[in-house]
Amino acid sequence: MPLRRKQTDWQSLGFTAATGLMTASIVAMVVIILGSLAWNGAAQMSLRFIFGGTKEGMFDAAQAGVFPMIFGTVALVVLMTICVLPVGVITAVYLSEYARSTSAVTRVIRGAINNLAGVPSIVFGLFGLGFFVQFLGGGIDKLFCGGELHYGKPALVWAAATMAVLTLPVVIVATEEALRAVPKGLREASMALGATRLETILKIVLPQALPGVITGAILAVGRGAGEVAPIMFTGAAYYLAHLPSHLSDQFMNLGYHVFVLSTQSPDIERTKPILFGTVLVLLVLTFLLNSAGVIVRSRIRARARQAHG
Amino acid sequence: MPRRVNLAEAIVRRRLRWGEWLVERGVFLVSLSAILMIFLIFVFVGREALPVALGRTNNSRGQKPIATSEIPRIAPDKLAAYLGVTAADMKSFDADTLRQLVELKGQELKEIANPDARLNTTRWSLMVEPYRWHGYDKAEYIWQPVSEVPKFNMVPLIIGSLKATLVALLLSVPLGVGAAIYVSQLAKPALREIVKPTIELLSGIPSVVLGFFALIVMASVLQAAFGYESRLNAFVAGVALGLTVIPIIFTISEDALSSVPKAYTHAALALGASPWKAAWQVVLPAAVPGVFAACVLGFGRAIGETMVVLMASGNASIVSASIFDSCRTLTASIAAELAEVVFGGDHYCILFLLGALLFAVTFATNLAGDVVVHRLKQQLEGKH
Repeated sequence: MPLRRKQTDWQSLGFTAATGLMTASIVAMVVIILGSLAWNGAAQMSLRFIFGGTKEGMFDAAQAGVFPMIFGTVALVVLMTICVLPVGVITAVYLSEYARSTSAVTRVIRGAINNLAGVPSIVFGLFGLGFFVQFLGGGIDKLFCGGELHYGKPALVWAAATMAVLTLPVVIVATEEALRAVPKGLREASMALGATRLETILKIVLPQALPGVITGAILAVGRGAGEVAPIMFTGAAYYLAHLPSHLSDQFMNLGYHVFVLSTQSPDIERTKPILFGTVLVLLVLTFLLNSAGVIVRSRIRARARQAHG
Repeated sequence: MPRRVNLAEAIVRRRLRWGEWLVERGVFLVSLSAILMIFLIFVFVGREALPVALGRTNNSRGQKPIATSEIPRIAPDKLAAYLGVTAADMKSFDADTLRQLVELKGQELKEIANPDARLNTTRWSLMVEPYRWHGYDKAEYIWQPVSEVPKFNMVPLIIGSLKATLVALLLSVPLGVGAAIYVSQLAKPALREIVKPTIELLSGIPSVVLGFFALIVMASVLQAAFGYESRLNAFVAGVALGLTVIPIIFTISEDALSSVPKAYTHAALALGASPWKAAWQVVLPAAVPGVFAACVLGFGRAIGETMVVLMASGNASIVSASIFDSCRTLTASIAAELAEVVFGGDHYCILFLLGALLFAVTFATNLAGDVVVHRLKQQLEGKH
């Protein structure tokens, strides 16, 4: 019996060590990747790099700047947020406040949201090209611009619209989670005082869930700032001499720029520092946003656990 | 102070209810947008793919030359089609012009040296079956959309996608599930609070950054370690792809394992099992459908991932069994080629067909994964 006991302990130790090692290796990979990117990228950081343009020497580390790409990325995510936030929040309100969870419509809506979250990003690119650029844009040109080409080509607004479709599930899921974390007692108290359902939602539930709504927006922005495949055909440009000034202009983008520099550069060794610099800027942008979102979200979850006991 | 409800206020409230009813309808309609979007993706990607999928395209560039002596024996409408002129034009030609035109056409056809030019390469059979092309020794699967005779065989791309995905899953399934078991069953709560967000951070790294990392850093390190020939290949792409899949497999598996009622573990421990035995023989079997769903969803994510494979796989459409050969995936082909095709042309339609294929595959995997997770949750909650 003592022998057997010892054996089990060895097994137990081995198993714990193996799974612990797996966990540690994933964490180590994250640390190594982020560490090496931050270390290499930091060397390129300067005010001129961040606020400079790329007029001459797009591939030359001493002259390149990423301001046009930062501008394009920010413009993209701002437009995207304007498109996605109302739709996402309203859908989440319906799912959490109005929908009966057993009804077939609710199940189909949930299924569609889950499916939308899993559609490959390149398929969003194809969809954006086929629907927004050619169908909507082409249609607008035909109807309002007398057949002149304004909107029927890749443009900032179509890239933002495509990205909004891609980030819709992110906003819905985060907002719904926040709405569900609002204690039921608050709703009941509000209704008991004579407020209608809509008043309760607008004046009690949504203000309480505001951090969750913001989390959803932040996570969506983090996602939208980093995705490249959906905007390749719907608006991102290889190189532009001017910043975009109109919704129908094309734009430069940090992620797309990383792709262009690392695959098209005539001399990769000379381009490497810019690449690491651009990657770091992109990471800081997406990552700070994502971490903020994750932190706020975990607080909301903790509060939800308290609220529902 | 209690509110006094008078008649006037009640009427105002009544009116407000009407407004409220309208708003509620509006909210419901907006909430259907996700369904609408899935539908639109289906329609607009499918629409462009339809001509090729239904076999309505024909890129054949040559018929059998017609000798001038055969002119009288051929029906005028067939001759018009052969020359590429309208029937009205045909009538206006005299016999001499007609003979000259036929001669010119004949010469033109002879100048296309490659007999494959006559083939309609957008046919389904040529897109999925091997074919012995002119100048090749044996029948082969070839994706070569930009050449004298465009070849659109999808098999190399499908194999490329599967190879990269296989490597990714071989890496991410053991690591992701192992970490999920550790974090949900064995780790101390304090450690869990650090590890979980760290792994979730991995999913926040944009795929273009992981692709860049694989291309610039990882490719060289792995080549030095394994000593294979081509620097960028299915293995490098697969490893980088694995990094994008790990968070998905980890999160869903961890969720499934955590949702197994604690009573299961407590019962096992009370019967004298060690913590790992309880995790391995009680909790894991109960959560197996969830872990399986995690793998299925991970597969869907890996096969649909674009930037990582576009940058790290080398993009050569080779059919081979070795994971150390360069490969070209479905997603990378779309991303690399769509910018350079003629809108509405055959190649364009075929790229949309590839997209439709990807959409169908991920749609099926997502649906399957969701159904499994949903059932598991219901089952576990029912047993509570």
